[in-house]
Amino acid sequence: MIQINKRKKIKSTKDRRNFLKLTTTSMAAVGSAFAIWPFIDSMNPAADVLALGSKEFDLSNVEEGSSKTVKWRGKPVFIKHRTKKEINDARKVDLSKLKDPEKDEDRVIKPEWLIVVGVCSHLGCIPLGQKSSDTKGDFDGWFCPCHGSHYDSSGRVRKGPAPKNLLIPKYKFINENKIKIG
Amino acid sequence: MVKKFKNKTLAWLDYRLPIFSILREALVDHPTPRNLNYWWNFGSLAGIILVIMIVSGLLLSMHYVAKADLAFDSVEHIMRDVNYGWLIRYIHSVGASMFFLIVYIHIARGLYYGSYKSPREVLWWLGIIIFLLMIATAFLGYTLPWGQMSFWGATVITNLFSAVPLIGDNIVTWLLGGFSIDNPTLNRFYSLHFLIPFIIVGVVFLHIVSLHKVGSNNPIGIDLTLKQEKIPFHPYYTIKDFFGFGVFFIIFSIFIFFLPNSLGHPNNYIPADPLVTPEHIVPEWYFLPFYAILRAIPFKLLGVLAMLGSILILFVLPWLDTCKVRSCRFRPVYKQFYWIFIFNFIVLGWVGSKVPEGHYLIISRICTTYYFVHFLIILPILGMFEKTLPVPLNIFRTSKVKKN
Repeated sequence: MIQINKRKKIKSTKDRRNFLKLTTTSMAAVGSAFAIWPFIDSMNPAADVLALGSKEFDLSNVEEGSSKTVKWRGKPVFIKHRTKKEINDARKVDLSKLKDPEKDEDRVIKPEWLIVVGVCSHLGCIPLGQKSSDTKGDFDGWFCPCHGSHYDSSGRVRKGPAPKNLLIPKYKFINENKIKIG
Repeated sequence: MVKKFKNKTLAWLDYRLPIFSILREALVDHPTPRNLNYWWNFGSLAGIILVIMIVSGLLLSMHYVAKADLAFDSVEHIMRDVNYGWLIRYIHSVGASMFFLIVYIHIARGLYYGSYKSPREVLWWLGIIIFLLMIATAFLGYTLPWGQMSFWGATVITNLFSAVPLIGDNIVTWLLGGFSIDNPTLNRFYSLHFLIPFIIVGVVFLHIVSLHKVGSNNPIGIDLTLKQEKIPFHPYYTIKDFFGFGVFFIIFSIFIFFLPNSLGHPNNYIPADPLVTPEHIVPEWYFLPFYAILRAIPFKLLGVLAMLGSILILFVLPWLDTCKVRSCRFRPVYKQFYWIFIFNFIVLGWVGSKVPEGHYLIISRICTTYYFVHFLIILPILGMFEKTLPVPLNIFRTSKVKKN
């Protein structure tokens, strides 16, 4: 009887010890996870990089049918003054045929102004089509020379390896002729 | 205590700090198979080029400036103004190509003679880890001159991480320290490019420790049990390795002095422009086979996984190859497949340099499929059905023959 009690006692102290070990190590693990965060976060964009987050642009110089490129957050933003035909082409498309289905109406604030980040959603190259001499691809928008993705006049991917449409940056119209990106 | 050194001072010191006996064991006494051929030179060659890369890199770092608006000019400053800067830079840039060439041959030797099989699995793993670290170092280093290929190569490769579901874009931003490749990216790439080679040195050390534990494989691929089958490392293999260095330095010098830019891309002499993508982005030649695998698959995430998998699959190779016989010499069927595999890998490199359209795309898909079929289907099945040739019991081939 005494023997059994002793064994029980040993077993319970063992359990206590294991419990303490477990809780101590998990607290240490949680603590180190928190301690590591500043190191990880230090590699995220710094305040001065984030401060370059917004940019104003005057639209009055962009004629109908042409485009301009602005640098925003180190990336080019395409500002395209679309013609009636380009708007109609973009709106006629059957959505079920698109890889990343999105209505043209949802991609613009004012239909004549298409504003997209000019970075191919495949591996980050800059599609051609901004200059009048550039190839615009098979869908009258942009063409990425790196791996051959084609974008239409709404910046939607139509052909090639890119998985997504050209990104729409956050922007708003400050007045009739001026936008603020970011 | 056994007196290991006649010199009293040396003996006193070694008793307290045994690095001398360790070095003597490794570089002088180490019993090495007597039948190693020249393919076994590539390990020591990889070692010497690693030292050359670290020394030349250290000297370059004294003149290079890791700042986006100064980096390109500082490289030109090294080329034009720094005493022998052109030489040191060409040694470093050509050296990277040579390092990969040597390591590819070193790996191919391991594949041919079955050096990855038991008991050398960990030795093999350490080698693959070194290879992965080399890939990282080479990629980071290629960014530093801040030319067009540097910039856009870095863009394409860092964007691979955006294929990660859900948090992909956050990872890319974190890696870049911004929303595109810019100064913060260059700074951290430089810092890591400086660090990783020393990690490589550490893993190389483990690679050698493991090698000395299990001993070198040999062209016959059998376990050596007789004393006469081994000879001391010095002078036999030191002299052979030095001879190898001599031959290698001639080839290295031809590239440094006569063809320094033949292995690079001319676009990298155009300063990086974040608003203009070059017509055709290609990585350095030593990444082309893996680049071809990446582009062969039309889905971004799958392509990235296939590219990673093509290297990671080497980790399980010791178990995928079910054949007990190590050396290709006694595996007539595997030998054929081995050369098909090597040819397939070279073709992958070739299509990797082409625009992935039309028949190039088809070739890259066939070769990518074959790459994985080789490891996942051919090797396991071959081990079960291949009739291997009789393997000798020792390297003198005098006594009885072991039946398989």
